[in-house]
Amino acid sequence: MKVDRRSFLSFLIGGAAGTALSPMPWKLTDDSAIWTQMWPWTPVPEDGEINHVNSTCTLCPGRCGITVLKIDNRAIKIEGMKGHPVNDGGICLLGLSGLQLLYGPTRVKTPLKRVGAKGAGHWEKISWDEAVAEVVKQLGDLRARGQSHLVGLITGSDRGTVPQLFTRFMTAYGSPNSMRTPSMLDSYELTLQLTQGTRALPGFDFENADFILSFGSGIIDGWGSPVRMFKAHSSWRSGGGKVIQVEPRLSRTAAKSDRWIPVKPGTEGALALGLAHVIVKESLYNADFVDNYTVGFEDLQRLVLDKYSPESVAAITAIDQKDIVALARDFAAASKPLAICGRGRGTVSGSLDEFMAVHVLNALAGNINQKGGIRAFSEIDYINWPQVQKDAVAAAGMQHERLDGAGSKKYPDARSLLNRLPAAVRPGAESPLQALLVTDANPLYTMPGSTAVKKAMADIPFVVSFSSFMDETAQNADLILPNHIYLERYEDVPTPFGLQQPVTSLARPVVEPQFNTQHVGDIVIRIAKALGGSIAGAFPWDGYQTCLKETLGHKWETLMAKGFRLDNNYGAPAWQMSFNTPSGKFEFANKETGRVPQYTPIKIEGDKKLYPLVLIPYDSFRLFSGYIGDPPFAVKTVEDTVIKGQDVFVELNPETARALRLREGQHAILSTPRGQAKVKVHWFDGIRPGVVALPRGLGHTAYDKYLAEKGVNFNELIGPVEDPETGYDAAWGIMAKLSKA
Amino acid sequence: MKKPTRYGMVIDLDKCTGCASCMVACMAENNVPFREDESDKLLSLTWMRVYKLTNGKPFPETDVCYLPRPCMHCGGQVEGYSPCVVVCPTIATDYSMKTGIVSQIYNRCIGCRYCMAACPYHARYFNWWDPVWPDGMEKYLNPKVSPRMRGVVEKCSFCFHRYQLAKEKAYMEGRRELKEDEYQTSCTQACPAGAITFGDLNNPKHAVYKYKKSPNAFRLLERLGTNPKIYYISSRAWVRRSGDNYLKNESKPEKAVLRAT
Repeated sequence: MKVDRRSFLSFLIGGAAGTALSPMPWKLTDDSAIWTQMWPWTPVPEDGEINHVNSTCTLCPGRCGITVLKIDNRAIKIEGMKGHPVNDGGICLLGLSGLQLLYGPTRVKTPLKRVGAKGAGHWEKISWDEAVAEVVKQLGDLRARGQSHLVGLITGSDRGTVPQLFTRFMTAYGSPNSMRTPSMLDSYELTLQLTQGTRALPGFDFENADFILSFGSGIIDGWGSPVRMFKAHSSWRSGGGKVIQVEPRLSRTAAKSDRWIPVKPGTEGALALGLAHVIVKESLYNADFVDNYTVGFEDLQRLVLDKYSPESVAAITAIDQKDIVALARDFAAASKPLAICGRGRGTVSGSLDEFMAVHVLNALAGNINQKGGIRAFSEIDYINWPQVQKDAVAAAGMQHERLDGAGSKKYPDARSLLNRLPAAVRPGAESPLQALLVTDANPLYTMPGSTAVKKAMADIPFVVSFSSFMDETAQNADLILPNHIYLERYEDVPTPFGLQQPVTSLARPVVEPQFNTQHVGDIVIRIAKALGGSIAGAFPWDGYQTCLKETLGHKWETLMAKGFRLDNNYGAPAWQMSFNTPSGKFEFANKETGRVPQYTPIKIEGDKKLYPLVLIPYDSFRLFSGYIGDPPFAVKTVEDTVIKGQDVFVELNPETARALRLREGQHAILSTPRGQAKVKVHWFDGIRPGVVALPRGLGHTAYDKYLAEKGVNFNELIGPVEDPETGYDAAWGIMAKLSKA
Repeated sequence: MKKPTRYGMVIDLDKCTGCASCMVACMAENNVPFREDESDKLLSLTWMRVYKLTNGKPFPETDVCYLPRPCMHCGGQVEGYSPCVVVCPTIATDYSMKTGIVSQIYNRCIGCRYCMAACPYHARYFNWWDPVWPDGMEKYLNPKVSPRMRGVVEKCSFCFHRYQLAKEKAYMEGRRELKEDEYQTSCTQACPAGAITFGDLNNPKHAVYKYKKSPNAFRLLERLGTNPKIYYISSRAWVRRSGDNYLKNESKPEKAVLRAT
């Protein structure tokens, strides 16, 4: 067949038209859209049998009950446990992100031994036998040299069987240097001891209170047991309860409160005494309680009437005196008023004077051990292990003064002063600690003056971390003996801070251990047994689970079945029975010890001429600043006015920003006497002029790439400031300077 | 005649603390991926996002409110004509006349992002990258929700897989109707403040039916006529007012004037 030009063109055009009219081009476009989506690397999660496991979340001090959804042996999602007395079905973003920690890249997968310089990140994988042998050798050598008191211990908390096994180990081994991570609990315990005669965990009946006066406590920013606080907050919203927030910055709590009192930072204690002045002067206090169940009221009366009139308090706090008087009257007039303190999440021990002043308000309102008031729970009752039989070395070791000065003549009331440790470890000189065990804590990141902490730790020849994660402390340790994470282990969980009734919960394995890790309780017992003698004798259990079962006794069954155990018989004692003080009454003041409430300003570091601004930290619920850092999901929720790329924003009042000629979003150098950092400026009307605020929880150097190297660690810019009375860290801020970058 | 089921939410902004647990509950339930830098919020996949509103007043009159924003599951002025649904060239997004839920069918999506332009709430997100989970983290992925691939748009589905599961369970038990607590979204369930209520807006027995009639209830950008299914409650007038674009001299009408016909 002859193909001429005409028929060729007809064929082409006809063919093109025919194709265009057919569905083929559309089908091909559609198919290519589909083909370009069907990549084999897009995961297809496997389906399987659904099951649920109840456990307890121990990522923060909140201690919520959780129900974990599993598909076959994979944990899929963590939800709040319905009916749990702490959180009743609610859950927070950290609890929800728990599986990212379980399966995430920050886990330490096997015991590691440092090779090369400290903190350089070169590790050798070792077996558990080698790891335990290494600890036993080092501790055994120290003990043989009679230096058992040169071993230190840092724990996250001192409540529950695991921390107690550790302190028991220290006693049997012969070192007094057990320290727990500081928190507002330090000052609360002491306040309750001095006024009520019991060193106790405070409980707040928020659910029944109707007027909450918070001195900077982040009620919805992570203070206490967060989910429980959220629920209480909602119940006030629907039930007509009022929240008054005293704080220099408009935090989430302040924004949600009924009244925000933008006090000058650091003067909260003075305001509390100013309110006491009005209440005492106008006789608005609970006369029954004050007249019959307290001592030292006259001393209080004299003090507040002399020194804390609304005029003088207005001058200190920068709050209008009319507002002070009105607030005092409202507080006293409320049917169930409750005053609380501990700034933000309560990660700093705080000033004893401030805690006492706030507690005075509760006593004046007569809400102690009342519905909607504050109560005190003594130590947990189920750990009744036999006394440790100390051998000669242990007895000698325990005779030594504590390195941090807690319990010394200077600071007789403090139990543990981790904040004073870096100062005790002087650079250059031989470290007074020859070995340090760290569990459930990340002091290298969480302690104020973290640069100094890091230096001090570098001087300690043998640092052992029991962390499940490669956190800053683990990174700088000599040996890591990774613990199972909470979803892989059994542990008793005692009453969390602030709960209104005692409750014990159980954390239990949700999944099999994912890596070559061991329960830290088992490891302590193993180390003790290997050290032999009276140390081994103090640990009669063959493993942690036996120890836990025996310790809990009949509670074990309930905990296994329900996941928690509520003490239904608990009722707050009547006022006659409430106080263990020498007088048997609530002590506003104690003449013997010379304790009267007062306001001593905590002087923060820095010269006003060099550093004209005040830098304060703030806690955001989306940033976790404790032992656990933000998992990727949590980082994702952080606003772009807090982190942008690698930069963190400081909040600055527009008035101050204009005076400093700093635009919104502009880079600036933030310097304090402790250090400096590059930041960005965010104009925020909700902060006092002259104050700069920086979030806690950023500036990690460890953890994964989703968290590390973002922003600045606030603790690098601040150092501890000792409360002269207790030795606890009471720093609420530091003087600072902002200059153009 | 019984009105058809229309799922929706009422979010109490007085209770909402801005904690972002809803955001994480959503991400954990729906296999939403994450990247190293999530600070560019235009690229950050958040089906549920909490916005921060300010009243713009200087210190100390400043006030802040948080506003969680899922997909509004708009009904449109004529039901079914949601802003995104009408523009989708491939019917990858559709309005269900059974539930009132706006679906997203990833395999049909060709990534033209027309729906994103049409959505006045920024509720839709485009997958510019393939999702990558760090080694081992795929273990927690939820088999009830398929992970998305690069090149498609995704958004809040009101946890539709939970609806399907609840429905199947009801059928097994010989029922056709779902009880209120049988189908709840992940964010509703997680919210520690109990600020989110979810249910059938047309069912007088459901809590949302009562709450949406609160004098303090409002919806976002109501005047566009999108007929959204998310109601907000706030006792603060400035918050209610910031739910729409008002001229300076215009006051917010107490009852929404523009409703679907």
